Amino acid sequence: MEFGLTSDQKMMQDSINRTLERVCPLERVRKAAGHEPYASDVLKALVELGVPGIVTPEEFGGLGLSLLDAALAAEALGRHVAPVPFVASSVLAPLALIGVGSDAQKKMYLPKLASGELIAGVAISEQAAGAREKAGITAKGGKLSGKAMFVLEFGGANIFIVADKFAGLHIVDAKAKGLEKISLSTIDATRAIGELNFDNVEAELLSSGNPAATLERMIDAGRIMLAADTLGAGGRMIEKAVAYAKERKQFGRVIGSFQAVKHLCAEMIAELEPCRSLIWYAAYAFDEFPGQSRRMAAHAKAHTSEVGTFVARTATEVHGGMGFTDLLGLHYWFKRIGFDRQALGGPEKVRHDAAVAQGWIGN
Amino acid sequence: MDLSYSPEYEAFRTEVRAFAKQHGASAPRGAMGDMRAWQKLLISNGYAARTIPKEYGGFGAEPDVLKSRIIAEEFIAAGLPMGMAGQGISMLVPTLLELGSEEQKKKFIGPTLRGEIIWCQGYSEPGAGSDLASLTTRAVEDGDDFVINGQKIWTSTAAQADMIFCLVRTEADKPKHEGISYLLFSMKMPGIEVRPLVTMTGRAEFNEVFFTDVRVPKKDIVGERGQGWFVANATLKHERGMLGDPNQAGTRLKALIDLMQNEEIDGRRLMDNPVFRDRLLKLQARVHAMEFHGLRLLTAGLRGEDPGVARLIVKLMGCELNHQLAAFAIDALGELGILYSGSPHLRASGTWQTSYMFDLGLIIGGGTAQIQKNIISERGLGMPREPKAAKA
Repeated sequence: MEFGLTSDQKMMQDSINRTLERVCPLERVRKAAGHEPYASDVLKALVELGVPGIVTPEEFGGLGLSLLDAALAAEALGRHVAPVPFVASSVLAPLALIGVGSDAQKKMYLPKLASGELIAGVAISEQAAGAREKAGITAKGGKLSGKAMFVLEFGGANIFIVADKFAGLHIVDAKAKGLEKISLSTIDATRAIGELNFDNVEAELLSSGNPAATLERMIDAGRIMLAADTLGAGGRMIEKAVAYAKERKQFGRVIGSFQAVKHLCAEMIAELEPCRSLIWYAAYAFDEFPGQSRRMAAHAKAHTSEVGTFVARTATEVHGGMGFTDLLGLHYWFKRIGFDRQALGGPEKVRHDAAVAQGWIGN
Repeated sequence: MDLSYSPEYEAFRTEVRAFAKQHGASAPRGAMGDMRAWQKLLISNGYAARTIPKEYGGFGAEPDVLKSRIIAEEFIAAGLPMGMAGQGISMLVPTLLELGSEEQKKKFIGPTLRGEIIWCQGYSEPGAGSDLASLTTRAVEDGDDFVINGQKIWTSTAAQADMIFCLVRTEADKPKHEGISYLLFSMKMPGIEVRPLVTMTGRAEFNEVFFTDVRVPKKDIVGERGQGWFVANATLKHERGMLGDPNQAGTRLKALIDLMQNEEIDGRRLMDNPVFRDRLLKLQARVHAMEFHGLRLLTAGLRGEDPGVARLIVKLMGCELNHQLAAFAIDALGELGILYSGSPHLRASGTWQTSYMFDLGLIIGGGTAQIQKNIISERGLGMPREPKAAKA
């Protein structure tokens, strides 16, 4: 019985963090935010560490690691509000291909995703969070029609993995005829999402296994990754709040010596640390206890989102007026957490899935 | 990360399960049954006082937190009561093992473990709560004795207790932390008066204890004179570990899920009400988070790693969660939830209300939530201490 990280896992996370400290400081995030589909130099540095291939089997050029390892990477990316593809292109798309791709499809796509040569957007929002504005994709004779919203890692994607209304999974070339791409601006300028409109668009079916089960796994994995991203972003916000409170003076004292401020910091860390334990368990369960995966992924996502929201506003408050400014840039973390909360299902939706998964109610 | 148990531990689990099956029927339930006989049986099998040396009346096993955990898991699963857990066993025994004299260990640990000596804790005073070190109960030297005068409060089980472990001021002229001594004495002595302290639950879970010229032999001190603060902190460490037990939250959650499945409102299960269900799910996530957090701390302990701030949050979060679970059960029961004191239609013997109120006491006791937040921010996050107003 061992509930903790291995020294390899700690080293891997450390090296991702150190790399991001070097290549992805706040100035770099600012430059990319809203202007570049993603920061290609930051991605390149991550490719050198093997991050995009983290869950891809070694035979396809990846590291062949567990979802817990991927969660540790996601935490590091959230910590640095890194404007790079990861959740969709490096975790969900490979899981789709591993789950239901043919041998030829795996050989064709997995190595390129692992090397960062190819970026995959993932369109599963309707299945994960529910359809808005009557969005949904229908497949007929190998062609797709309809609308997919909130497509993750849309910016700069070369291919898209698209779920249809009947949980079929498809690969679509970003340049396919009849595909209309519309960028969506969100609060979080570090992640470029969008909308896809399909008018009888040519698609490649992923059908070598059980697509519905694979789609569920993708949703679970995505929720765990977003929770880990929030864990990283929230942890960093607490560090920043504590550091600021130790420096900023009012009434002749550092504000961090006032209990009103200290207690806010204590509440933040007391709420966030158990999220780490929950996320580790959910990620481990994803690989080792698939029967618990849906419920634990949902709990990790929903609970970390609730705590993340609390940390984001409280850390901002500890910074006083400065926290509210663009100059300090704390809002990049605040907004990243806000994005994570809604993507692939907000807390209420995700908790509903947890209730269904344990048979408390029907679907 | 590997949550499987090795064959040695699986075998141990099988052994505990067999015990539970064989003896489950004879286990005492609630106030019924012979708790002392049960305790004796548990000690002889190594399911209570497991790591206490044999010479002091324990089972004498090597410390193994995984085995302790397996025992707890299997006892909870079988609905069996764990061994006795009064303040004597949970707090005094570990303190004596760490700091007691050989004579004190021999004299007190065995009978305490067997439930033959019931202890109470004399720490808090009306004027010394969060600032415990400012306590003023005086112990003045007189020949071979100390003569004690003063008052303690929040003393649970004082009326039933045979003995007290008590903090007194022996060095009136020393700084407040250096003038305290830790004494052990009988509660049956002349000059001791116990008055029940009725709390908001309607019961007297605590007492006030008054000392008037109580004579205690000077040799009945744990540690040196003036070292009582150090000795007491060893004890408080054990108390804080005890107050944040995540197993209790798991048991409560289970009862809460049953309640939601079985109680009806307008002929529909509560579980079918999306608002109540969402609140239940929020709490379920918290219970899981604290449960896995406990596993993380367990592993850190096994590895000899310092979990840092992760450990400091357990009392604060654990007590709060238990309180919230009870609060939600009351809301789920609605008007049924306000029934109390043996009323018709009362659910779960009224324990949800009792827990809800008593848990507030636990949030305050053993270091208030606010003191916990000071500890977390100062020791866990390295924030500055409150500037000292004046030297006491």
